[in-house]
Formats: sequence, C-alpha cells, structure tokens
Amino acid sequence: MSDASFIEAKAPPPIAKKRPGLGGLIFAGVWALIAIGLAAYIVGNWNPALLDTYALPYLEGLGVTVGLVLSSFVCGAVLSLPVALGRMSHNPLARGLAFVFVYFFRGTPLIAQIFLVYYGFGQFRDFFDTIGLWWFFREAWSCALFSLSLNTAAYQAEILRGAIQSVPRGQWEGGTSLGLSKAVIFRKIVLPQAMIVALRPYANEIILMIKASAIVAIITVYDLFGITRQAYSRTFDFQTYVWAALLYLAIVEALRNLTNLAEKRLTRHLVR
Amino acid sequence: MESLTLLGFGPTGWGDEIAWGVVVTASLALATLPIGLVFGFLLALAKQTEDKLLKLSADIYTTIFRGLPELLTLFIVYFGVNNALQSFSRATGLPDIALSSFVSGMVALGFVFSAFASEVFLSAFRAIPRGQYEGSSALGLSRYQTMILVVLPQLIRIALPGLGNLWMNLLKDTALVSVIGLTDILRQSQIAARVTREPFLFFGTAIVIYLVLTLLSSVAIGGIDRWTKRGEMAK
Amino acid sequence: MLTRSILTLMTAGFLATVPAHAQESDADKDWSTVRIGTEGAYPPFNYLDASGELKGFDIDIAKALCDAMKVECTFVTQDWDGMIPALQNDNYDAIIASMSITPEREEQIDFTNKYYQTPPAIAVPKDSDIAGTTKEDLSGKAIGAQVSTTHARAAEAYFPDAEIRQYPTAEEYKLDIESGRIDAVMDDVVVLTEWLNSDAGACCKLLGTLPADPEIYGRGVGVGLRKGNDKLKGMFNDAIATIRENGTYKTIQDQYFDFDVYGG
Repeated sequence: MSDASFIEAKAPPPIAKKRPGLGGLIFAGVWALIAIGLAAYIVGNWNPALLDTYALPYLEGLGVTVGLVLSSFVCGAVLSLPVALGRMSHNPLARGLAFVFVYFFRGTPLIAQIFLVYYGFGQFRDFFDTIGLWWFFREAWSCALFSLSLNTAAYQAEILRGAIQSVPRGQWEGGTSLGLSKAVIFRKIVLPQAMIVALRPYANEIILMIKASAIVAIITVYDLFGITRQAYSRTFDFQTYVWAALLYLAIVEALRNLTNLAEKRLTRHLVR
Repeated sequence: MESLTLLGFGPTGWGDEIAWGVVVTASLALATLPIGLVFGFLLALAKQTEDKLLKLSADIYTTIFRGLPELLTLFIVYFGVNNALQSFSRATGLPDIALSSFVSGMVALGFVFSAFASEVFLSAFRAIPRGQYEGSSALGLSRYQTMILVVLPQLIRIALPGLGNLWMNLLKDTALVSVIGLTDILRQSQIAARVTREPFLFFGTAIVIYLVLTLLSSVAIGGIDRWTKRGEMAK
Repeated sequence: MLTRSILTLMTAGFLATVPAHAQESDADKDWSTVRIGTEGAYPPFNYLDASGELKGFDIDIAKALCDAMKVECTFVTQDWDGMIPALQNDNYDAIIASMSITPEREEQIDFTNKYYQTPPAIAVPKDSDIAGTTKEDLSGKAIGAQVSTTHARAAEAYFPDAEIRQYPTAEEYKLDIESGRIDAVMDDVVVLTEWLNSDAGACCKLLGTLPADPEIYGRGVGVGLRKGNDKLKGMFNDAIATIRENGTYKTIQDQYFDFDVYGG
C-alpha cells in the first residue's frame, strides 16, 4: 500500500497545444483498439451459460472482498491509535517500538506477511492451542483479517500522526487559555481539524486495501479475485478477468468520487 | 542449528536458491524503474497539454492502472496480453512472441508505476512557479532548453520523495510476480517452505530480506535527496 | 553484475519463447528441441529438490520420451492453474505434469495417449472420526484439494455437502491438514501414499480409494500439446509405445513404485 495520493488537476499548463496532435491521436487510437478488441472478444465468445454459472459467485466474491476490507480497516483504525501516539510520544521506548512496528509492516510485501501468518503460524498449532487462539488462526479468512489489520494499522498510524501534527500549535494553546483540559482540546478541537486533513489519505488507504486484498485468494479465501481465478481455470475464458477488472474499477472509482463529494462538503466553511 | 543448515549454501541448503531470488527481485525492480519513470514523465506531459484527446487518453491510463489490483494487472498481462500477441502473430504471420514471467512482470509493474509516477510528476510540475518559464523565455531559451536546463532539475528535486515511495512499492510489488512463476525471493522461499516443511523459517527469512532491501533503499534515497539539495544547503 | 543478470533474464524470457515459427507451422516443424512445462510441486511425480533441480516420475518419463524421440528437452516450471494458458501462449510446447486427459481440457488442448493412470483417494488425520468415503461420511467436513485439478472437480461432485478448499499446490493442503485446518484431503492415491509413508505424513492415514468417474477423470494421464500439433503428438505417442516395449518405462516405474502405475 502506498503513500502516493490521488491529486486533482487544476493549475495552468506550462506547455500548450491547440489542435489534436499526432500523439493524442495515436494514444486514443490504442485505447479505441483495445476497447474494440475486448468488445469483439466478448461478443465473439458470448456464453450465456457462463453468466448464469458465475454471476452469483462473482457478487458473493465481491461481498467477501468488501467485508474483509471494511473489517480490517476498522480493526486497523483501532490498532493505529496507540501506534500513532507511540510515534509522537516523548518516551524513547514507546517511540522506538512504534517505529519498528510501522517500518516492519510498511517495509515488507503484504503477500509475504500473509504467507507468514497463514502457513508460518500453522506450524505452531500446539502453541496456539495452548494459548487458546487456534480457533482464530485455523480459518483462512481470519488469518487474512489479522494480516490486513496489522498492515493497515501501520499505514493508518502514519496518516493519523501526520494529520494531528498538521494542526497548528496555536490551536492547543488557544484551547489551554480557554481553560479546557488536554483531552477535551484533543477531542473537540484538534481531532475534527485533523480528520479533514486525513479524509483523503484514509480514502486512499481503503482503495489500496481493496486492491491489495486480492492477495488473499492465494490462501484459499474466495474473494472477488479468488472466484475469478477459479472461473478462469475452469473455462479458460479471458472475459472472467475482464469482469473482475470492471468490478474493481467500479468500486475504486465510486469510492474516489464519494471522497471528493465528502471533502467538498466538509470543507465548505473554508471556501471564501 | 538445523535451520542454519537449511539456510546454508550448497546442495542441502536453500541459501543459494534464495540468493538467486534476491538477484531476480532486484533485477526486476531495477529494470522496471527506468521504463516506469520515462512513461510516467510522458504521461504527466500529456496530462497538461490542451490537446483534449491526449489528456483524456492519459487520464484513462491512470484510472485503469491505479484502480486495478496489481495482481489482476499482472494476470491480465500474463494471460491476456500474451493471448493477444498470439492472435496478432497468427493473423500477420510474424514470428511468435510470448512474454516470460519476468517480462510480464516488468510490463505490468511498469504500467502501475508509471500511472502513479505521472501524478507525482504532475504535482511537481505545478509546484514550479510560472516565473521560471517566463524567466527562461526572457533569457531567450527555447522550449526544449527550458525543459532540460531549468524545469527538469527542479522537478526531480520536488518529485524525489514521491518517487522514493513509489520505488518502495515497486520493490514490494515484485513479490506478486512470484504468483505467475517468477523465481524471486518469495517464490524461492515458498518452494523451500514446501519442501522442508518449515514455512515460518523461510517466509520469515524472506521478510527479513525485504526489510534489508527497503532499508538499503531508504538510505540510498536519502543520499540522493541530500545530493539534489546540495545547492540549498550551501546557503 | 545486476545489469548482466537483467539482460540475461530478459533475453532468456524473450529468446526462449521466440521459436520463429507461427502456430500453424507447428504441424510441419522439425522438432530438435522441445520445451516441456511441468509444475515441480507434486511429489513423487514432479518436484524440486534443495539444489533447485526437477525430480520425479514425470521428469524421468519426459527425459526417456525425449531420448526416444531423439530431441533435446528443456524444462519450464509453471504454477498449476496457469499450465494450459501458458502452453497456449507458447511458453512451452508440451505439458508433462501428471495432467489427466479430461473432456473439459480436450476442448482447449490436445493430449497424447496416457502414460499412467491411478485412482483418486482420500486421507484423513489419524484420530479422525470420519469412517468411510461416502457422501454422508464427509458431509459438513472441510476437504482440501489442489486448485483446478480433476480431484477438486471430483470432490465437488462426489461430496456436495462438504466444503471444498482449493490450494495452489499439493504441499499447501498437506501443511493445512497437519495443522488441523481441514478434515480430509483428496488427491491421487500415489501422491497421498508417498506423503503418508514419509515423516511429513505421520499425522494422517489413508481412508480409502474412490472410483474414478470417467466423466471427470477422463482416460488417464497424458502429455498435453497445443491443438493441431499432430506431428509432435505422433512423435510422443510413438515414444510412449517405445519405452513401454523396451523396458525403460518399467525401469523408471520400479524406481518409484512397487506396483503397476500404467493401469488397465
């Protein structure tokens, strides 16, 4: 999952061209060719039986993907709180631990983390039996939830920290001079402002999680990607992948547009 | 000490296989980087022209490759693009071309990297004041000279942190290519884990190796960052 | 060094797959080298050892077939669920990976005659309460199988009330039955027996074999080839007949099994 953000375009262009250039024509032509090719492929291989068989499993798979991402996002949000506080703490031990946590989960591939949890922890069944946690690690779904939650907690901790630190010191000082307690200042003054800053990064994080969650198909979870692979391996029909691509793009674009709307609404007091 | 034997080099240990995996991972990431950078830069240029068609095409590109799961992009390239190449060569009678998992990985990760990089470059372009362009034109520099001598050096400095992040993602995303059979760090560890039945040891080793790689990368990126800012530090 | 390895990897990727023949010309191509796709995670049929070398019954048979055809053979490993697409995409010329000749697969690719045929079986943990191999015995249980294999298809058909979990390779379901994540596994009897007889298989026991429904299992295991590749198919069929006759097949078989894997 990355920190790269989705940036909206508005500023004046330094290079200006008036008429459609050759580059534009070629580039657009390539897209047109791909679109026509895909359409021709799908029409040429049109198979109503395929739709009958797999329409429902695809929707179920989509449900699994969304359910998994939402649950791990919430778990990650809870976990990220102590980590973010640790990162901003004056205690070197807390700061060090939080840094190691964040660096570990952001510095290694999620797919390797999931393999380590699913297959690696399976090796220590007796230990997990003893501490009474095996029922949790027994299920592929909960292993996926566990890895995704820890992973997103590391990213969310950094988002939270950045957002809280973006609120100017003056806000704290102002609150103190009004005689408010630290907890109240944090809850009523700092957090609302930080959340406006954090909205877009949080939305990006959900998008990145939806994309990254496709990995769980490899540990026997039938999410959208898992169903797709299954459908492809039985039919060898490439349109199974095209459907999945369209479904993923639809969720991601819907989320992005919702974020834009939400941001506009939340910042309407800032528009002059 | 059994695990030391397993991780050792030679016919009984998996050390040499995993070491080769490191070479493959590093090669894939390093081979993808220049392609991703060049295409990302071109896309950023395309996005700020007034040529609507070009801009639209570039936006479609970013929407698709930023929105699709990397794993799906990889499968689409490995199965779909290969399929299309086959039909193409059959239709035209040209020699067959099929993409290996390494090249498929390069292409797919290149798509993803350039889509994100174009946004990084775009915002860097916007951070360069108009006065820089006006100043250059007052000095009589051509548009090409302005780009190479004035804009690009500043652009790289501004874009570097964003690109650094993308490099880290690229490095981690190479692990996904193991799923289509590239013998990178993760796949070699997976094979070792299967054969020796020590998944914790080998996946743990893989994770440590990735940590070392990202750690080295952040040191290198820090070094480049200081180098690009050496002019500012002198002040 | 890195630059060199990048170049090697890239050229290996391209050159290995540019045989300068379009697909129609497969039919009359002179085969001097044949690229063979296999999985490398299905002991004792095909697997990788600690030096990264391919071993197993499939591999030895493949080498014997290539000797009989007087061609050079190179091996390419490919994950199971991409096996057929990669053949169609010309990443290799033949699949020798214990692939059953099923009607579904025959719509996509061609097969030679079979080179072995063994029945499916079910294994369970030693302390399992599953008594038999009927539909009722396994109702509500979690059964592991390898993704997109005949065994996964058969598990779904034979045990409609069970939960079928599909794993990328056989090795992963073995890990999961050992740790108790699944109640039973279904695979080829030879594969299961080999595993149960090793230290790794100490957790489990063979519950019994099952009849191989020809609708699902087809007519045994064969060499997979691109459609219309009749010349190579003829060469492989002749080679299978040759090694069956001249004793090479039996020599190889005896290294691995103490019974006849060719089947009736």
